Amino acid sequence: MIAIIDYGMGNLRSVEKALAHVGAQAAVTQDPEVLEKATGVVLPGVGAFAQAMDNLKAAGLVEPIRRAIASGKPFLGICLGLQLLFETSEERFCDDAALPRGLGIVPGRVRRFPAGPKVPQIGWNTLLFPKATRLFAGVDEGSYVYFVHSYYAEPADPAVVAAVTEYGIEYCSAVEAGNVMAVQFHPEKSSRVGLQILSNFAALCR
Amino acid sequence: MLAKRIIPCLDVRNGRVVKGTKFADIQDAGDPVELAAFYDREGADELVFYDITASAEGRRTMVDVARRTAEQVFIPFTVGGGVSDVDSMRALLNAGADKISVNSAAVRRPDLINEGAERFGSQCIVLSIDCARRTRPDGSTWWEVVIDGGRVPTGMDVLKWAEEGVRRGAGELVLNSIDADGTKDGYDNELNRAVAERVDVPVIASGGAGTLQHLADGILMGKADAVLAASIFHFGQYTIAEAKAYLRQHGIPVR
Repeated sequence: MIAIIDYGMGNLRSVEKALAHVGAQAAVTQDPEVLEKATGVVLPGVGAFAQAMDNLKAAGLVEPIRRAIASGKPFLGICLGLQLLFETSEERFCDDAALPRGLGIVPGRVRRFPAGPKVPQIGWNTLLFPKATRLFAGVDEGSYVYFVHSYYAEPADPAVVAAVTEYGIEYCSAVEAGNVMAVQFHPEKSSRVGLQILSNFAALCR
Repeated sequence: MLAKRIIPCLDVRNGRVVKGTKFADIQDAGDPVELAAFYDREGADELVFYDITASAEGRRTMVDVARRTAEQVFIPFTVGGGVSDVDSMRALLNAGADKISVNSAAVRRPDLINEGAERFGSQCIVLSIDCARRTRPDGSTWWEVVIDGGRVPTGMDVLKWAEEGVRRGAGELVLNSIDADGTKDGYDNELNRAVAERVDVPVIASGGAGTLQHLADGILMGKADAVLAASIFHFGQYTIAEAKAYLRQHGIPVR
């Protein structure tokens, strides 16, 4: 069973339904024991970075997430769930606040898109793969997936970059480092391509 | 490169698609969920359900439509029509809708936009504006915001309302030209361009699409990020694939 972490950041139902559609057993939960027993963990999320970290702490989920990742079970961050894996984000509560700290599981930072195209980026954009990964097995280079975001991750180690996307700049749109996988886009809203990616993840969770 | 989007719009009354559709491989053309799944397979980039139900009971049916759609359709979908409070937004979003569009209710009470954006995020709130073309005494053109299906003029300037809506937290704008709607003569691209050049959120052209050239014009001349259309797809005049091929031939990036 795949645990989808519920920490009050956006609608999780579509992730649950998409996983069900590809034949995976998935359940939305905030129970650390369920995370412990799960064969895979999904950290979704839409909203503000600092609020999300506060919610994870308040729900007592930070250590269970660290333990799940340390145990080696497949872990998938989606959208804000990707950004939270990094050390810091430029998405500050206000201009003079300190940069909020994330889970720090993947070295690097989350940055705001520079001036140029409209922010947030909303819509379908392409994936290019700098290396072969398990998450994108069977997905064609240049496939379109659905994005909604204003910030992007900049990993310290380029070796963890699983996909890049161009939006004014070329940025990291997915990471894969061992059992830790994460995507900036929404696979649950990316039609056939997104379902293939979720199916790949679900297969790793068996 | 970010693709331009093609968005079919389905009018729904009491949980059924109105106006009907003509597709050979659709069992029940009145079922919004089956039609939505069909458009997902066809390559539509997003969907809009526009609820034209009058009764409160019918509105609850829309929550059920959203829930069933989310089980079978894996592209973003928006629900609009008559949403006037945060509780209704929450019910639809929890059921699986990705975005809520607000129109007349936001004109009557603009704080609705702020409340929705603060509670659910700007990416969930689409401001839909019904626009009527007007001529000033000096001969220049302006667009007036009209509400309640285009029947009630408000005196408000569309350009100003669009900017205010974005300032209040709308994440996207739909510009529905009341003059062009149903004519199949093309979008009002002067309108689309005027707004697109003033706001930094995506603008979706709506009302008047009758040919594939109109879709391309909305993007190239109107500077729209997405084009919304109903009848040219529902009645099988063109497929989504044909529309995408046409746009691609005209140098427009599509999925």
